[in-house]
Amino acid sequence: MKGALSIRGISKRYGDALAVREVSLEAKPGEFVTLLGPSGCGKTTLLRLVAGFERPDAGSVSLSGQDVTALPAHKRPVNTVFQHYALFPHRSVFGNVAFGLEVRGVPPPETRARVEAALELVRLSGLGARGVGELSGGQKQRVALARALVLEPEVLLLDEPMAALDPKLRHEMQVELKNLQERLGITFLFVTHDQDEALVMADRIAVMSHGRIEQLDGPEQLYEKPRTRFVADFLGVANLLRGTVDRLADGLARVRTESGLVFDAAQDGGYRVGAAVWLGLRSERISLTERSSNVLEGTIDDEIFLGDWTDWRVRVGATVLSVGEGNVLARARRRGDAVTLSFPPEAVLRLEDAESAP
Amino acid sequence: MRENRREAVGLLLPGLVLLGVLFYLPQLLMLGVSLGRRTAYGGVEHAFSLDNYLRALDPLYLTILGRSVVLAAVTTLLCLAVGYPVAYWLARRAPKRWRNALLILVILPFWTSFLVRMYAWIVLLRSEGVVNLALSGLGLPRAELLYNDFAVLLGQLYGELPFMIIPLYVSLEKLDPSLLEAAADLGADARRSFTQVVVPQTLPGIAAGCVLVFVPSLGAYLAPDLLGGGKTAYIGNLIQGQFAVARDMPFGAALSFVLSLAVLGLFVVFRRPLAKARAL
Repeated sequence: MKGALSIRGISKRYGDALAVREVSLEAKPGEFVTLLGPSGCGKTTLLRLVAGFERPDAGSVSLSGQDVTALPAHKRPVNTVFQHYALFPHRSVFGNVAFGLEVRGVPPPETRARVEAALELVRLSGLGARGVGELSGGQKQRVALARALVLEPEVLLLDEPMAALDPKLRHEMQVELKNLQERLGITFLFVTHDQDEALVMADRIAVMSHGRIEQLDGPEQLYEKPRTRFVADFLGVANLLRGTVDRLADGLARVRTESGLVFDAAQDGGYRVGAAVWLGLRSERISLTERSSNVLEGTIDDEIFLGDWTDWRVRVGATVLSVGEGNVLARARRRGDAVTLSFPPEAVLRLEDAESAP
Repeated sequence: MRENRREAVGLLLPGLVLLGVLFYLPQLLMLGVSLGRRTAYGGVEHAFSLDNYLRALDPLYLTILGRSVVLAAVTTLLCLAVGYPVAYWLARRAPKRWRNALLILVILPFWTSFLVRMYAWIVLLRSEGVVNLALSGLGLPRAELLYNDFAVLLGQLYGELPFMIIPLYVSLEKLDPSLLEAAADLGADARRSFTQVVVPQTLPGIAAGCVLVFVPSLGAYLAPDLLGGGKTAYIGNLIQGQFAVARDMPFGAALSFVLSLAVLGLFVVFRRPLAKARAL
């Protein structure tokens, strides 16, 4: 199937370090898959293995059903948008976009037409004669995109293409790129360390750590139900607690944290009495006004003002919890106030600890 | 602004003084000499005549100048052909921790006088020399390696090669590896990526290396004299001969100026490609 990407059991070693460990990943034609993780997690190496810049030590890469593991980069039907764009400084905008067509021996009139169409696609019509040194960061990124798209790749690889843009422009480009991808129906493999970027753009997100994929899910699923401690931490679950299960009753698990908090979590089938467990609680799931379930008393230790909401640091016994509150409500509170916290048992996330696993 | 200007002048002053006293002043004296006349005992009689220049434009001397241009051009091309792969390997392939040591090896010959190194080549190349002894030791026929054009070119290549390698190395080392990946990603094989990306990107180094090799090669006289056996005259030998042998300083000075003008003329002709290379 044209545009399908299939990575099977791929590994890459640099000296003693395993950059990628037996990773498998399938992308359907036209799917937007993001590799998300901190620097050094192997996401860029995985992308380079697909591009053909690196040879795997084990495993295979298939594109559109054809095994390309043995093909060098210049023979693979994929194109890359590089992190720092890698535009040819000695060529104009037009020359950069035309490069791949020239290499393929496309006749000049067709080249001109296709380059102009590609520049129009990225909204750079009329800038073909410019030198790449005269462009802004956003424009350079569009040229890099046009240069890759003009060849009509089966899979487009993007290596942190927004990293060098300022936040406002980055957000605009995210939406624009997502729309472009949906319109063209090209499979995207997108590398980023920015979780918001991944959530905005991707159909599916592979969260990577230490050369492995920790979780591969859609953005909502990933946000609502992170499976491991690493994924929860990386996706901004502010409260991570280690505890044990005291008892199970009525579909609830009573858990006790190491710091002495006791509360109920909704039983998802994974809790066992006496077992140690990692628990996650998003700060926005804790309420300072309700009193429905899991009611705890605490005092405000510190506040972090974040614009439209405030991150309260609430001390409950020996534990400091992060509690998010919209600023319409938060104005009335200050440091030292006694507060009552409450959160539903469904808000408690049971997390595996992959790092302690063998 | 004014402050900056004063500072700039202050910083440039020592260099300007040095250049003025050690380069322009002697040049001016040479110009005076070149307009004078030779006395019977090799002295200079001051005059204001263009006779020496008219003599320098004699077809015989122009042929020698032309031959020198050819020698310099061939030397430059040879240095480029040999130096580029060496510089490429040094800058992009050689293990990083060995690079500085290897670069020192490239410039190590400069620690010995060029004259001494030319004699060393004679020891290697002469008919009873190291190479020929090795050849006959292997039962092979001896080769005429010395006192011909081959020996002159070999000496020139040997002597000028570092001046080509160093600027090439600098620009090859600066070459962004992601540009090569981008070229491969867009479908270019190694040859294509070399001609379309590596060469255009290292044009400043190529231009600098060519200028650094070409200009001194134009006035070369040691290699032609010692390794060529002085059988073929080049402009460098001619000038040296006027000062040291014929004791005709005015004519030697005039020839020097003709040579300088020839270099200047070539720079004017090639100013566009050179400026383009420098702009990158």
